[in-house]
Amino acid sequence: MYLNQFLLLSAALFAIGVYGVLARRNGVLVLMSIELILNAVNINLVSFAAFQDSISGEVFALFVIAVAAAEVGVGLAMILLLYRNRRNIDLTEIDLMKG
Amino acid sequence: MSVYAEMVGLDPLTSGEVVVAQNIAFGLIAVIMLFSALRMVTTRNVVHAALYLVIVLAGSAAIFILLGAEFVGVTQVLVYIGAIVVLFLFGIMLTRGALGVDEEEKGEQRLMSCLVAGLLAIVTAGALINTFSDAELTRSSPSTTATVGDSIFSQFIIPFEAISVLLLAALIGAIVVARKD
Repeated sequence: MYLNQFLLLSAALFAIGVYGVLARRNGVLVLMSIELILNAVNINLVSFAAFQDSISGEVFALFVIAVAAAEVGVGLAMILLLYRNRRNIDLTEIDLMKG
Repeated sequence: MSVYAEMVGLDPLTSGEVVVAQNIAFGLIAVIMLFSALRMVTTRNVVHAALYLVIVLAGSAAIFILLGAEFVGVTQVLVYIGAIVVLFLFGIMLTRGALGVDEEEKGEQRLMSCLVAGLLAIVTAGALINTFSDAELTRSSPSTTATVGDSIFSQFIIPFEAISVLLLAALIGAIVVARKD
């Protein structure tokens, strides 16, 4: 197997995730797209670990998984608060601090 | 890089069919993952998006196993599919009530997003093809859970402690933010 096939797959997933973050208006769907991006990063880390025959990439992938879990917890709490205050989680309508 | 070859006791260098099997497996997983990811960011139904996310996450767990990283693959299934997706489903349930449909995106916003994502994909793919066009994966054996554990608790003990504190802080922060009073 070549290294590039994994890296290209991860690049495609990353780009799809970026599309989701930019195009979606529902807050929960934006968070899901961020998970997709973090997952693409994980595939990169693990495939470089396999390429270099070292363990560091895998350990950092585990750290990324932990950070993603923390991020989803806080993010969903914020979206819940938003829904409670405005009955709406459309991110394009949250422009309180727009100049 | 022949995890499967080691498992069935073949010589990794001489068993061409193992490499072929790995490539077929990779192709199948990659196609399923890309299709599900595309459906996830385009489908109108929020719950369907969460279920497509499950397929993508399971696919990347399979990729980790294919790369010989068994512990990362198992953790992916446990943490992502077991915990994070359930959290997402709760989030959908609490913010929408019925199994709702997402609003229509604006055409201009979608076009610009398409443009940005397409450019990003093209630039990254070009750089990768230029840099790693003939790099082959040559790992001789899969990494065991024992090695990963040893590494976390010796070389990476400081980042591990930092991540524990981060998780605690995120937990308390989420409770404080979402508390009703």
